[in-house]
Amino acid sequence: MNGIDRVAKTKERQKVIISSLLFLVVVVLFWQLNTKPSVGGRTEGLPGPFLVAERAWEMIANPFYDRGPNDKGIGVQLVYSLGRMAVGYSVASVVAIFLGVILGLYPTLYRALNPYIQILKPISPLAWMPLFLYTIRDSAWAAVMVIFMSSLWPTLANTAFGVSSIKRDYLNVSSLLQISWFRRLFRVILPAAAPAIVAGLRISMGSAWIAIVAAEMLIGGTGIGYFVWNEWNNLQLTSVIFAILMIGTVGVLLDVGFARLAKVVTYTE
Amino acid sequence: MKIHDPFDLTRCAASTSTLRGDNGSRQDTEAIGPETLVDRAVEGAVVRAVFGHDLERREFLRLVGSGTALALLNSVFPLDAAKALAQEKTGAIEKPDLKVGFIPITCATPIIMAEPMGFYKKRGLNVQVYKASGWAMIRDLAINRETDATHMLTPMPLAFTIGAGSQTVPFIMPAVENINGQAITLHKKHKGVKSAKEMKGFKFCVPFDYSMHNFLLRYYLAEGGVDPDKDVQIRVVPPPEMVANLKADNVDGYLAPDPFNQRAVYEDAGFIYMLSKEIWPGHPCCAFAARKDFAEKYPNTFKALFKAILEATQYAHQASNRKEIAKAIAPRNYLNQPVEVVEQVLTGEFPDGLGNTRKVPDRIDFDPFPWHSMAVWILTQMKRWGYIKGEVDYKKIAEQVYLAADCRETMKSLGYKAPAQNSTRHSFVFGKNKLFDPAKPEEYLKSFAIRRA
Repeated sequence: MNGIDRVAKTKERQKVIISSLLFLVVVVLFWQLNTKPSVGGRTEGLPGPFLVAERAWEMIANPFYDRGPNDKGIGVQLVYSLGRMAVGYSVASVVAIFLGVILGLYPTLYRALNPYIQILKPISPLAWMPLFLYTIRDSAWAAVMVIFMSSLWPTLANTAFGVSSIKRDYLNVSSLLQISWFRRLFRVILPAAAPAIVAGLRISMGSAWIAIVAAEMLIGGTGIGYFVWNEWNNLQLTSVIFAILMIGTVGVLLDVGFARLAKVVTYTE
Repeated sequence: MKIHDPFDLTRCAASTSTLRGDNGSRQDTEAIGPETLVDRAVEGAVVRAVFGHDLERREFLRLVGSGTALALLNSVFPLDAAKALAQEKTGAIEKPDLKVGFIPITCATPIIMAEPMGFYKKRGLNVQVYKASGWAMIRDLAINRETDATHMLTPMPLAFTIGAGSQTVPFIMPAVENINGQAITLHKKHKGVKSAKEMKGFKFCVPFDYSMHNFLLRYYLAEGGVDPDKDVQIRVVPPPEMVANLKADNVDGYLAPDPFNQRAVYEDAGFIYMLSKEIWPGHPCCAFAARKDFAEKYPNTFKALFKAILEATQYAHQASNRKEIAKAIAPRNYLNQPVEVVEQVLTGEFPDGLGNTRKVPDRIDFDPFPWHSMAVWILTQMKRWGYIKGEVDYKKIAEQVYLAADCRETMKSLGYKAPAQNSTRHSFVFGKNKLFDPAKPEEYLKSFAIRRA
């Protein structure tokens, strides 16, 4: 890369950062201008950005407090949500990749099962909630199962697609070399389909994070979704807005992690 | 060990003893806890003392029937007291760590306050009160045994026991939590509304199908000539969402538990149109309930929990304690409401949203006695609106679920006054048929012009 290019790039970058900050300022200003002044600690309509910032500082300053089962700090709630998600998402990923590989390798089976997958795929994961509560009989596991359902399909579909579009040559060579099925899976199939699989995992992660908030609003008890619900209970919108921002932030962090992973597994033919 | 029911005709009470080895049939002892066993033993002892000879006993039972015999004996001998005394001796708590579910509303006051104010601890229990998001969740948590006991709406244990709106799971309701304490709140644009007739076309919310809120709202509307199924829309909405919906003008009003009526006034979203006690003064609302098998499996724990609840209820009944209670239950861990609002509800001194400050000390009150007649009224309304169909054995279901006798016994053992009867006639202040006679539920049901059954 030559010097002129580098200068152009830094300039471009500065432009991006400035526009981005400008956008933020405009939005906050618009928000502030549309906020009615608070009278005696009570606000009409949406609370302003300063009230939210104040509340956010309060919550962030002490994220891990624990005042009984129904009142815990934002950090504790996020840990609960992430923990739940980790379990449901991991199990779903393993199942989805396993099924995806099989469906990708056997097109006939894929075509036979595809109608069912298509029917199950568009169902909102939350619609499963009552069924899980009734059958599993445990609200914590029901929430985990909701995550499972939400993060199953994108990974499954992408894995099946990735595996089925592996170059025939790779598979032919591996069968010519008479490698065991197990080795072929880990040395040829999974690496070859990895970019598609990771893309699926990334989408799944996003939908799992979306579903967990809604699931926790339904089951109550712990988690960031419960936090939103509990604050809603009190019409404490400053906390609700703060929680929304936190949910977004954590979602971005998760996504960035996957973007890094995606770079690692990409290959050029 | 096995103790037979001394009122069972087929058995010999005097055959050596009512206490026998375990070589008899097992069928009737499977689900009986030590408490029942002790009760049976006491009954057996009294029966033997009174009749002496087994032949006499059987002859007598055949003539009058076992129910009458028990009632008769009860009148001459303080069986309940004897049972309670015997029970006092049974001791150790089987399960000290308990989880009790609740919905964040002022109806749950005794259940909630018993935690921060130490009523559970005093009885040797380590109770965690668990906030649930709605009544369906309360139902599932209780049925799935995730909670050991729970705050419920008085119609819920009845409905679940007979399998209405749920799988059939026997529940018991040893105590009512609160009486009164609900209200019809309307959007502030309806300030001119004076009667049910003007509510045609309204959209209302209630917290659950099987709730006093639903039944009282339907009763109120129907008495005013409005068909609740045809002339208005009634939606099930979790109470916390009601205020937001009212503010957004999505609904015209609701019959809801407090603090959400008072909160609507506080938010300047609506006004209190009518307190529920202006329909039926002293009506039950929320209750303390548990799965029947919990009480059978852990009789001592259940008893201790029951006592803690009764003590808390009694404490909440005292008007002078209400401010202190409001402060204890308002924080985020419990109701998560401004103390001011909770105080307005509990003390009965409140702005109604129409510019008046009202003073109604019994706006909400706490009275644990689970009258069978309350259950019968609820069942008549469940049948009236088509939630249950066909023949309803009102009396039997009421007796099975509402433990009036146990409540009386336990109240007395704590030194509180308790009603002598299990059933009473209830007076309404609103409606054409002002007296409800629990002995004639079908006639009462037929007396309504608007009904689905």
